[in-house]
Amino acid sequence: MQIPASFDYVRASTVDDALALLDRHGPESRVVAGGHSLLPMMKLRLARPEWLIDINELYELDYVLRDGNTLRVGAMTRHATLLASPEIFRLFPIVADAERVIADPTVRNRGTIGGSLCQADPAEDLSTVCKVLRAEAVIRGPGGERVLSMDDFHRGAYETAVAHNELLCEVRFPIRPRSGSAYEKVERRVGDWAVVAAGAAISLAADGTMDDVAIGLTAVGVAGTVTEAEDLLRGRHPQEDLFLEAGRLAALASKPIADQRGPIDYKRHLADELTRRVLRRAAARAAEAQEG
Amino acid sequence: MTIIEERAANPAAGDDDRPIGYGRIQRKEDPRFVRGKGHYVDDIVLPGMLHGAILRSPVAHARIVSIDTSAALAHPGVVAVITGQDLLGLKLAWAPTLSADVQAVLATDKVRFQGQEVAFVVAEDRYAARDALELIEVDYDVLPPVIDVRKALDPGAPVIRDDIEGRTDNHIFDWEAGDAAETDAVFASADVVVSQEMVYPRVHPAPMETCGAVADFEPIEGALTLYETSQAPHAHRTLFAIVSGIPEHKIRIVSPDIGGGFGNKVGIYPGYILAVVGSIVTGRPVKWMEDRSENLMSTSFARDYIMQGEIAATKDGRILAVRSTVLADHGAFNATAQPSKYPAGFFHIFTGSYDLQAAHCKVTGVYTNKAPGGVAYACSFRVTEAVYLVERLVDMLARKLEMDPAELRLKNLIKPEQFPYKNKTGWEYDSGNYEQALRKSMQMAGYDELRREQQEKRDRGELMGIGISFFTETVGAGPRKHMDIVGLGMADGAELRIHPTGKAVVRISVQSQGQGHETTFAQIVAEELGIPPEDIDVVHGDTDQTPFGLGTYGSRSTPVSGAAVALVARKVREKAKFIAAAMLETRPEDLEWEKGRWFVKGDPSVGKTMAEIAMGAHGTVTLPEGIDGNLDAEVTYDPPNLTFPFGAYICVVDVDPGTGHVTVRRFIAVDDCGTRINPMIIEGQVHGGLTDGVGMALMQFIEFDAEGNNLGGTFMDYLIPTALEVPDWETGFTVTPSPHHPIGAKGIGESATVGSPPAIVNAVVDALAPFGITHMDMPCTPARVWEAMQGRPRPPI
Ligand SMILES: Cc1cc2nc3c(=O)[nH]c(=O)nc-3n(C[C@H](O)[C@H](O)[C@H](O)COP(=O)(O)OP(=O)(O)OC[C@H]3O[C@@H](n4cnc5c(N)ncnc54)[C@H](O)[C@@H]3O)c2cc1C
Repeated sequence: MQIPASFDYVRASTVDDALALLDRHGPESRVVAGGHSLLPMMKLRLARPEWLIDINELYELDYVLRDGNTLRVGAMTRHATLLASPEIFRLFPIVADAERVIADPTVRNRGTIGGSLCQADPAEDLSTVCKVLRAEAVIRGPGGERVLSMDDFHRGAYETAVAHNELLCEVRFPIRPRSGSAYEKVERRVGDWAVVAAGAAISLAADGTMDDVAIGLTAVGVAGTVTEAEDLLRGRHPQEDLFLEAGRLAALASKPIADQRGPIDYKRHLADELTRRVLRRAAARAAEAQEG
Repeated sequence: MTIIEERAANPAAGDDDRPIGYGRIQRKEDPRFVRGKGHYVDDIVLPGMLHGAILRSPVAHARIVSIDTSAALAHPGVVAVITGQDLLGLKLAWAPTLSADVQAVLATDKVRFQGQEVAFVVAEDRYAARDALELIEVDYDVLPPVIDVRKALDPGAPVIRDDIEGRTDNHIFDWEAGDAAETDAVFASADVVVSQEMVYPRVHPAPMETCGAVADFEPIEGALTLYETSQAPHAHRTLFAIVSGIPEHKIRIVSPDIGGGFGNKVGIYPGYILAVVGSIVTGRPVKWMEDRSENLMSTSFARDYIMQGEIAATKDGRILAVRSTVLADHGAFNATAQPSKYPAGFFHIFTGSYDLQAAHCKVTGVYTNKAPGGVAYACSFRVTEAVYLVERLVDMLARKLEMDPAELRLKNLIKPEQFPYKNKTGWEYDSGNYEQALRKSMQMAGYDELRREQQEKRDRGELMGIGISFFTETVGAGPRKHMDIVGLGMADGAELRIHPTGKAVVRISVQSQGQGHETTFAQIVAEELGIPPEDIDVVHGDTDQTPFGLGTYGSRSTPVSGAAVALVARKVREKAKFIAAAMLETRPEDLEWEKGRWFVKGDPSVGKTMAEIAMGAHGTVTLPEGIDGNLDAEVTYDPPNLTFPFGAYICVVDVDPGTGHVTVRRFIAVDDCGTRINPMIIEGQVHGGLTDGVGMALMQFIEFDAEGNNLGGTFMDYLIPTALEVPDWETGFTVTPSPHHPIGAKGIGESATVGSPPAIVNAVVDALAPFGITHMDMPCTPARVWEAMQGRPRPPI
């Protein structure tokens, strides 16, 4: 049994309560959501918070709601809920693609979308998904609420715009007509973090051209989306030679590091290969959405 | 007094009714496990028990300048802090290994691998013990480490074991088998020779339960009770007596339920000794349980062989000879567990299942700055490495000769009439019908159809591979005249008592870590005596309650202890005959046995059941001369030879051409372990071993960086397969009993772990044939497969 350094524990009952507790216990306090990133780090003593503020009873943050052309997902929504939601599957198949390959059922039953985004692990899958869907993060703190784009939310590996005394409360996904999305990941074993993964979302104009395209990569050091490739595709009809070129640009944009999951050239190759695959699938799904 | 009794295949095997004897019955131990009522070392709580934690070296090679324990000692709850210097005073700083070397219990002079034991904290609870580790200050003078095994013998290499008088290099041993000159001559005149360097990378058994101990030293009696995760409690007791000076009769070792061993729990780790020292020093029981990273980083690893292999054949595919030179990485201390005379285990069975003219191998063992160990992980004492080498070589030869690998094997397998077969490195294979097993697996697989499918897929640019491996194991070590571990002969005992009401207790010297001993051994007694398995208690794991024997590893429980149990039951049966004769007022020779009962020849209605005889033995029946009033017996079994289980495995893989990701689509395993006692347990052993094989072939690897940091120290980095990586196993069997074993059983514990990795790698390499690839090393991770597809396969080390 791995044993974390000693800490105190308190359970928050509401968002306001959690914010007050964060304020009271200061910078050495951390909220714990599903705990599937934080607790392993504590057991390895890579994280040593003095206070753990448990937000698992913030049921007010556990929801998936359609609000006009926005899908609002509470930060405490579990991976398993996202995976099981037919609404999400229909609107954003990329989420289901990704959730199917995030960890294992045990982790998915506890881990939350909020925890995933706040952890901001460079190999974390939902960050890419959110970027590609051009989601927004709703953050609450003592000064009230602010809404950030994913680009502003993410500040780098393990760093986000969420200040110590703030909570991520909601993720908002814009719903677009005639759109399709897809995610694909290469892993050494089910439940392993990505060697590389790619996600894409395409929305089609009435004439069948791509009026918006987003391409994201996981675990290859790309901060935002692959704008060079997106620019190339925007306004064009989906077609294989364009996807080939987009794949090449994605590989160029990626800055992977060599590790036990693979060498740099392999990861670059995957950025290319997976970008092509997800573009094809996203385009096919967008075309279906158009028909349907 | 080996009596061979041929038994027809049990008609009940395969049925769900409850056979009295061999057959498919549910495991007797499972009700407690599935209800969460197993009792493991970490479940043991003794009054006043303290908790120990080990401070481990953060670096691979360094001189210890100083250790300051004062802050740790001052930490609330800490009772004692022990260092190597303290142990020097007790003459316990170094302990003998199972391979005639010594290992530091706590480092005194240098640390020699990352994760090595440096200090031991004993505290009121495990949290205080763990927290206090951070308060110990160790000043290390870091030395250059030896990590690349290929450079371990370089003239200027740092000398790791300067603790040993006169050591000037990192060489441990050279060992060879077979005839070098004869082999070279055959190679020189052969039409075709294929050679390849193959790496069997370092892996770890990673049992679900990590290692641990609870030591309870009672100072008034001077008696030690040690609960520990041990696969060999009796051997541990003897070694503890020798090392600690506590007399052997004052030591009781208890190995309760064990959550998996796979060889990881054969050796004696410093933590066990430290728990004992902690208990002696504090006068209270001390528990030590390692955590997952400690288990992965400091306990027995497995494999780590770099093998140069060569195979010689005629151009029409007659295999003539094999030879190999091996560089074996044994880590910082030679703590390999294997029979003394075999420093490379049974690697010399690398002649495989083929009828050869010559063979020769030479193994060189070296020290590196890595964790010690060596033989572990269901490997049958290095048969794993041997089978992998020969089965890859045969596949490479098939490719070179443009022959189907199944056809090449069929052409060269040892024929049934050649058994007992003496191979060229000194083994005598007991029995086999190899062709039948291979043909059966091919038929189950639909081999020809698979090859057709593969061709169609290749034409479409899809990558499908079919891999075969045919393995012969040598298990059940072993005859005392050849085999011992630290001087203890590899025999095993059994004691059987029939209680007056006809219920029985059988006490065995081997220890289950999940293999189902409580069921299998009850079934052996049931088969011999006709007492239902549920009426037979199997006692194991406690040295105070069981006869001496060497324990469970190397698939030896059924070959050795199973024989002892069958023989002890037959002894009881013979004795029962005399008692029955007295009860029936007839002569023993006039009685005939049917399962569970002696009856009068020619008059089956007149007889006595075992229960009646047991009551008679303990009751008032006037017993014949020389028969005392019980129905008990004991036996120690010294196996006349090893047993040679074999099998034919076929694996089908699909490789994603864009990502290199390998999917094991099908796996067909035909095993022959001789007489089958409980087919369900056999299948369970095979399923587990095959899953292990997928792990080794595709993902498992304990890797080190250049500084000697262990990169496989957590389950995030050291991957073990899950149900999602494995297909539905397709198992089949043939039955070729061992002619020298009392019940003809050969052992099954490691067959699948031994046989499956080459089948999977052969399938991957077969899938990559369109890229001109003839070999790639494990693990076949997506990245490594992709590199092979680029024409640059890379050894993992
Ligand atoms: C074995 C295993 C495999 C995994 N594999 C994958 C994988 O393949 N892909 C993948 O993407 N992830 C993977 N994960 C991570 C998993 O998805 C985690 O659940 C997730 O990363 C974190 O979610 P959580 O709710 O558990 O967060 P926690 O661990 O509770 O928290 C993580 C961090 O976020 C902070 N935090 C949490 N919620 C909030 C909030 N609402 N506002 C502000 N800060 C907050 C916490 O303080 C902490 O710093 C894996 C985890 C495990 C254990």
